[in-house]
Amino acid sequence: MLFLNDARFRAVFYQFVAISLVLLAAWAMYATASANLAKQDIATGFDFLSRQAGIAISESSIAYGPTDTVARAILVGLINTIKVSFLAALFGTIIGVLVGIGRMSTNPLLSRLMLAYVELLRNVPLLLYLFLWYFLIILVFPPVRQAIQLFPGFFLSNSGLAMPALEWQSGFGLTFAALAFGIASALVVRGVSQRRRIQSGKANAGWIFALVLLVLPVLAVWASGAISLSWSAPEAGRFRLTGGLQIRPEFVALLVGLMLNLSASVAEIVRAGIQAVSRGQWEAAQALGLPRSRTLRLVVLPQALRVIIPPLTNTYLTVFKNSSLAIAIGYPDLVMVSNTIMNQTGQAMETIAIFMGIYLGLSVAISLFMNWYNARVALKAR
Amino acid sequence: MKRKFLALCAATAALMVGATAAQSATTLETVKARGKLICGVSLSTPGFAAADDKGRMQGFDADICRSIAAAVFGDPDKVDFVLTNINTRFQALQSGEIDVLSRQTTATFSREASLGIDFGPTVFYDGQGLLVPKSLGVASAKELTDAAICTLPGTTTSQNLTDFFRTVGGKFELVVFESPDENRAAFYSGRCEAISSDRSDLASIRAVANNPDDYVLLPETISKEPLAPAVRQNDSNWRDIVSWSVYMLMAAEEKGIIQANVDEMAKSEDPEIQRMLGGADELGKMLGLDNKWGYNIVKGVGNYAEVFDRNLGEKTKLGMTRGPNTQWNAGGLLYAPPVR
Repeated sequence: MLFLNDARFRAVFYQFVAISLVLLAAWAMYATASANLAKQDIATGFDFLSRQAGIAISESSIAYGPTDTVARAILVGLINTIKVSFLAALFGTIIGVLVGIGRMSTNPLLSRLMLAYVELLRNVPLLLYLFLWYFLIILVFPPVRQAIQLFPGFFLSNSGLAMPALEWQSGFGLTFAALAFGIASALVVRGVSQRRRIQSGKANAGWIFALVLLVLPVLAVWASGAISLSWSAPEAGRFRLTGGLQIRPEFVALLVGLMLNLSASVAEIVRAGIQAVSRGQWEAAQALGLPRSRTLRLVVLPQALRVIIPPLTNTYLTVFKNSSLAIAIGYPDLVMVSNTIMNQTGQAMETIAIFMGIYLGLSVAISLFMNWYNARVALKAR
Repeated sequence: MKRKFLALCAATAALMVGATAAQSATTLETVKARGKLICGVSLSTPGFAAADDKGRMQGFDADICRSIAAAVFGDPDKVDFVLTNINTRFQALQSGEIDVLSRQTTATFSREASLGIDFGPTVFYDGQGLLVPKSLGVASAKELTDAAICTLPGTTTSQNLTDFFRTVGGKFELVVFESPDENRAAFYSGRCEAISSDRSDLASIRAVANNPDDYVLLPETISKEPLAPAVRQNDSNWRDIVSWSVYMLMAAEEKGIIQANVDEMAKSEDPEIQRMLGGADELGKMLGLDNKWGYNIVKGVGNYAEVFDRNLGEKTKLGMTRGPNTQWNAGGLLYAPPVR
């Protein structure tokens, strides 16, 4: 047939066939599973999401109580997952970049120390480190009734760190809006001043202007008296400290574990990225009289970023997925909350489908963001 | 964790492809053709199911499995024990991976109604309790407001605690661990003021502490936990076999039949004992079993009291008293229907 010889038609046709086959297989699996479940009188469907959850979750960033729905309990777990992964990615990247640069140092003590750091962290399974950090915390620090007082109001024990917390009585929304406005206007001013500097080749005072714009709206809100804050300090109850901000050991152990593990990977990625920049660039910068630190910051790192971003995306995806190891040390993340719900409702397939869907969706979102960023820093051929 | 997840996937996959195959034959036929019973037990709970130093599975739940094997095959050792995780236990049963689930499982309405399973008779009347260090100076669970409490995930444990503190009108911090070992370690180290689980389980946790006398079980029982074996739904014959294997243990205790005297008792003039041990009538045939099924159970594993004393009783490390798990005529809840 003639149209089968058309390369464009074939490309589309084969893709169509492949997608249809995948969809067909998925449908067949779904149909068989639901038929079998119905035959065995096992309840199916997602009705359980609107039932009362009936469980307490110790760590929650949004208002949650046992009378809330199952769906909200899953949301609490999801937010906990995102919170710990985001902080781990942030701090892990900062540590990783420093360690990666330290690895390249001409000081043999520093570079070997950094090598040891990377190898120690990369070559032991993360799960074992999580146990190590967690047991270190709960075995080394005293029980909460003999908590160590670091400063007035700061208590350290094996139930975590309790510290005074600022509580907003009113004006939170207004302050937030003022801060957002300040950041946006400061960014605009910075952009304009930078363009002028590049055009004229002369330094200007744009940064002062930007700084003023950044703090002014918040100060204005403060001065208007719309904000009222109060301190909530931890107090000794009969068993433990109540009130204030409590950072639990489960969260700390997970954050430290993920963060250090990530930093080792980032360090290697950064080192590889820096080494990928040709020696000529270093030498050219040296010839211009730039010191080593400025060479690194202004010449080498921007070029290294192009090599660094794609593998960094993978590392971020890994840390997000590894956060599910939380279940081993009692941090209520998405998987742990889902497991409890699965156990109470018995609807394993639905619950697993939900949390797999959430992981998949967020992982894809992370890759899309990193791809966009990669395209931004990529070499633009002019 | 990964292994648990794989098991869950395998169970799900088995559910999709294998369930029809498993249903075409009755469970009894499948078990007989295989020549072995496959019984789901817990991972490591001394007293209920744990391997001893020779690798033999010991415990109360394990002995329930053995009595079913004895009824079917006349040999209590024709059992393969499969370790089931707390999250995948029902799926393992649904998918046909195991024939019976004997795993400290609480019979509840929603489990029986929506999971495609049926529960047999209660083998152990348990209730959720709280264990605290003596040094805490607490006499009642109601005083534990604002305390941190360690538990295992899911099951009914966290829900019961939540309900309890809602009635008392207090708050508490729930710390949930996936593995029993971390759960215990966190409790011993003082991360939590209390640990909550079924009382039988707490006895086991207390028994393995460095100094068991430092810990005290609070008097409150905050929930009813009737532990029962479970089978797949819609196989009446198999459910009968499991139920009556359990009832036989209870009936044997009631009639004073023990492992050591079963041969003598088989010659007894008591018509009920004759029916139980296969001397009269053909009760075994009605279930598709050998007529000496009752004899085989008692010969193989003993009666209920022997099973209890061997695994949980006061001479064991767990040191549990019979409590409500005594015969009806002694004020307990064990009440086997008549064998006739």
